Amino acid sequence: MFGSVRISASQVFALGFAAMTNIDINHLCRLAKLALNDTELRAVRRDLDRIIAMVDQMQAMDTHGVEPLAHPLDVEQRLRPDEITEKVDRERYQEGAPTTRDGLYLVPRVVE
Amino acid sequence: MSWEAVIGLEVHVQLATKSKIFSGASPAFGGAPNSQACPVDIGLPGVLPVLNAEAVRMAVKFGLAIDAEIYPYSIFDRKNYFYPDLPKGYQISQFAHPIVGPGTLDIRMENGDTVAVGITRAHLEEDAGKSLHTSYPGMTGIDLNRTGTPLLEVVSEPDMRSPAQAVAYFRQLHKLVRYLEICDGNLAEGSMRCDANVSVRPLGSSELGERSEIKNINSFRFVEKAIAFEIERQIDILESGGKVRRDTRQYDSERNETRSMRTKELSDDYRYFPDPDLLPVHLTSAYIAEVKASLPELPEARLARFRTELGLNDYDAAWLTNDPVIADYFEAALSTTGDAKLTANWIMGDASAALHRDELEWGDCPVPAAELGRLIARIKDDTISSKLAKTIFDALWVEEGTVDEIIDVRGLRQLSDSAALRGIVKKILNENPSQVAQYQTGKNKVLGFFVGQVMKATQGRANPGQVNELLLDSLKEGATGKE
Repeated sequence: MFGSVRISASQVFALGFAAMTNIDINHLCRLAKLALNDTELRAVRRDLDRIIAMVDQMQAMDTHGVEPLAHPLDVEQRLRPDEITEKVDRERYQEGAPTTRDGLYLVPRVVE
Repeated sequence: MSWEAVIGLEVHVQLATKSKIFSGASPAFGGAPNSQACPVDIGLPGVLPVLNAEAVRMAVKFGLAIDAEIYPYSIFDRKNYFYPDLPKGYQISQFAHPIVGPGTLDIRMENGDTVAVGITRAHLEEDAGKSLHTSYPGMTGIDLNRTGTPLLEVVSEPDMRSPAQAVAYFRQLHKLVRYLEICDGNLAEGSMRCDANVSVRPLGSSELGERSEIKNINSFRFVEKAIAFEIERQIDILESGGKVRRDTRQYDSERNETRSMRTKELSDDYRYFPDPDLLPVHLTSAYIAEVKASLPELPEARLARFRTELGLNDYDAAWLTNDPVIADYFEAALSTTGDAKLTANWIMGDASAALHRDELEWGDCPVPAAELGRLIARIKDDTISSKLAKTIFDALWVEEGTVDEIIDVRGLRQLSDSAALRGIVKKILNENPSQVAQYQTGKNKVLGFFVGQVMKATQGRANPGQVNELLLDSLKEGATGKE
């Protein structure tokens, strides 16, 4: 929060995976809101181990002096003029929602 | 032991664009639920965000105004968390490469001290929707109108040491974004929301204590009160031998206390990564120079100009420049009157009081600045007396017409015709011989009675200075027996 964040995107990436050499799979499930049974957990762990092995391989590359890449396309962001261009068809968008009322989407109560 | 508070603020500034940051829907406040949430905002599959040029320009304006570095290369990241009012499951924000780098905002305290508050960074991001927890039993209502509203998150260094400094910083930031016209500054509608990071440490220590974060404070007064409460709470814990726990807290204004919402460690794992839907933003130095050239006069510069060029005192200059709408009004009136002090007095006095009485904002003032200017000009050229000017101001307020029309229609032109006034004075002295006698025995207070009588006879239109002079003259003549 305090202090200027001066890390590159690839460093964030690397930090994320470095911390996972000892994967806390339950923590990941909590973050991803997944409830997995033991069989599924084993399968996911197997997959993650393989993914990390691949990332380790990439980590071994010497990237010294290589600019971090945020996007594979060598194009810059086009900007949009500040205009209202969208017509909102609320009834249509809400057709797929399980419950709506008074124009609101209703979800099971979220308690802070 | 003496304690020192260490405070940093994160302020979300809602940018005053016409459309949202990544979609062409309207971010206007107060629409019917979900009537301003388009497919991009509600996160339907297959949609793509497209960045709003004006949001970028506003961020750059802000950065330039705080002397910050504007990064020519910035990227958007996904901040991942689950909450029903965040339809995509992530918020598009900027993490490693924000658009605005370190800068400074100077704040002036009441005792005249100036404190330079460091600004770590400012980055663009989208707002989330709104959750309504109370109206539906067992359910939460979700309104996604606010989703995708452009925000500039301004993160300060932990440079503030008291609640008063924190609120002064928040106010200065509020003033600045209004001058820059990048935010409407409407705190009640959530256009500026503040999170405060608060810790305490023994006075003289250079290490930071464990901090808590108070979320979503949306008024100047509450910023001060919430932080003051939090400092006391932490000092109490430390003095009774406890440890402050790092957490996120909510301020309850009714009870004036902060309450823990969650402990930070568990929730603060947002797994940021660059958003593949958005390309890096490149800003050329020509673009940055062009935005710089478009910056308006900033609050501090205007304050200095009002003091030095217009000769206003510190208090008046600060009062008038606090709000750019007032400062503009003042300058528009001044261009007619040419008298800074008298114009300031009218604006800070009668006009401000009338607005307050009718619960109006300066932008809604029924008296146009040019008319107030003309009113003051009519006092200065002796067309009307100051006293009648107040009557005319009240008539302007209810839109009776222009200053000159009201003067004519109501016959309020000041009587400065000496011959006519002299006649009236004579008549009144003749009609009141006993009061004249009293005056001549040294009862000078009777003079007030005569002034009152002349004013009554002229419906208040007589020039008071002239009346005084004529009365003194005539009474002296009477005393020496000359006619």
